[in-house]
Amino acid sequence: MKFVGKAHVYGDNIDTDRIIPGKYTKTLDLQQLADHVLEDLDPEFSKKVQKGDILVAGDNFGCGSSREQAPLAIKTSGVSVVIAHYFARIFFRNAINIGLAVIELPEYDIQPGDELEVDITTGTVHNKTNGKTFYGTKMPQVMVDILNENGLENYLKKHKTYKL
Amino acid sequence: MPQTIVEKIISNHAGKKVYRGEMAVVDVDMVMATDTTAPLTIQAFKRMGGEKVWDPEKMVLVIDHASPPPNQAIAVLHDLMREFAKEQNIKLYDIGAGICHQLMVENHHVKPGQIVLGADSHTCTYGALGAFATGVGSTDLAGAMLTGSTWVKVPDTIKVELNGELQAGVYAKDIILHLVGLLGIEGATYQAIEFTGEAVKAMSLDSRMTLANMVIEMGGKAGLVDMAGLELPYEFEPITPDEGAKYAKVISIDVSEIEPRVAGPHSPDNVKPISEFEGVPIQQAFIGSCTNGRLEDLHEAAKILKGKKIHPNVRFLIAPASRKVYLEAVKDGTAQILTEAGATFLPSGCGPCVGTHLGVPGNNENIASSTNRNFRGRMGNPNSNIYLGSPSFVAAAALNGEIVNPQKVLDEEGN
Ligand code: SF4
Repeated sequence: MKFVGKAHVYGDNIDTDRIIPGKYTKTLDLQQLADHVLEDLDPEFSKKVQKGDILVAGDNFGCGSSREQAPLAIKTSGVSVVIAHYFARIFFRNAINIGLAVIELPEYDIQPGDELEVDITTGTVHNKTNGKTFYGTKMPQVMVDILNENGLENYLKKHKTYKL
Repeated sequence: MPQTIVEKIISNHAGKKVYRGEMAVVDVDMVMATDTTAPLTIQAFKRMGGEKVWDPEKMVLVIDHASPPPNQAIAVLHDLMREFAKEQNIKLYDIGAGICHQLMVENHHVKPGQIVLGADSHTCTYGALGAFATGVGSTDLAGAMLTGSTWVKVPDTIKVELNGELQAGVYAKDIILHLVGLLGIEGATYQAIEFTGEAVKAMSLDSRMTLANMVIEMGGKAGLVDMAGLELPYEFEPITPDEGAKYAKVISIDVSEIEPRVAGPHSPDNVKPISEFEGVPIQQAFIGSCTNGRLEDLHEAAKILKGKKIHPNVRFLIAPASRKVYLEAVKDGTAQILTEAGATFLPSGCGPCVGTHLGVPGNNENIASSTNRNFRGRMGNPNSNIYLGSPSFVAAAALNGEIVNPQKVLDEEGN
């Protein structure tokens, strides 16, 4: 799976309340979530994000609540991949489960606006703007399989059970 | 090879011995979802082709996060839950029954040694009972509802030894805040914590729940409280770690040295001794949540407020963790003491903790709260500041209109 897109870069410890505040989570209308994504961090984000863009963060992205509305809001806003040094555990699982590509890069050199090429299968990120390539942490195979099915719904529909 | 508690519990559910770092598919004993997460769970369950849940006896739904519903959109989501519960024959706790985690423990839906998945991050609270309980998202929960199983990576464990005796006016909440400050908000990511030591063995179930509850504030997967000294109204087999089990690290804390702790805005790991926050004016005070909304918490608040009136600048809100807690507080006079002092009782449920309704703070206001999170915007207004501490800390702040050390207030009382 490959994605190409423009980077939006933020910092460490972005919690789920900042990804989508609790007050907006009580809905099944995903567009409503996307309209408020990252609102308390960057009020302009939902306006400037374009389809295919890539969200880049530092340590511990998605810490806090187990709300799946957080990755759903990001995915619905058009973001194709989230890159972080590492993710909070529940967010990481949730993202894969809803078919949002995520990749852990312990180190990277990425500036806002850089054009990135991400290959989820090999776990590499190539920064086309500065020519550098970065290598991601390997995911457990079951997560790769779930992501390949575009999420857990399709995965379980097909396999009926978990295969390690 | 010797095992930690988590390795033992996961092995028991995987049908083979497993150790940290290994992957396993495990049988799940119980699943739970709330009104924040259940609607998406129900949707995912149906999209997975689900018709009948794997075992209706092993599921609980709770309407607690926006309860009673503040608007039509949420009312409709609650209806969706009621319909699903009825159709699938699942136990549903409706508005006012209480906070999911309190109900799961209070009504014995969780037992020691079990594996429990909850579509709520504070599911780790059941570690107070010695269960491997962890928070998952809606779709993972739907997977468990369908298959009765899930996959896990066996976590490494941090052992926390708590020895010594707590000072008066210092509680399990202060210990866990101290630890969150020490390890940081990512300090236990992908790891479990085992709590042990003489201070733990002396703790009530309520306090053990407070301890386990905030493990997620360090990114932890589960928090297992030593089952020694745990009193339950039924027989159970305590699970203890093997001699020589491997830990990621061991942290020893002499709890007698801990004074009241407060987490300042805007992160639960921004923890300092209370002296550094004394004098901060407070406009709203809140006692409640799955961290500290139980009977012993209301008792501590009543100790501070008996026969007194809260400061005129403060709005003081209390949401008991469950209807049962509320009823006990009514019967033993605690609710009267607190109401006479000027408290406003809210329905049992999450209340202001999560910013959906009931007690959203105003701009530039400071809140003293017994909850577990103070991220920006957590209570519904990004332009407010939340200070986390024990129920005594909250009651003392409500009384004085500013942050004070509850130990001083208790001293004046001769307590
Ligand atoms: S009381 Fe607060 S932290 Fe606990 S389950 Fe409810 S919203 Fe979550």
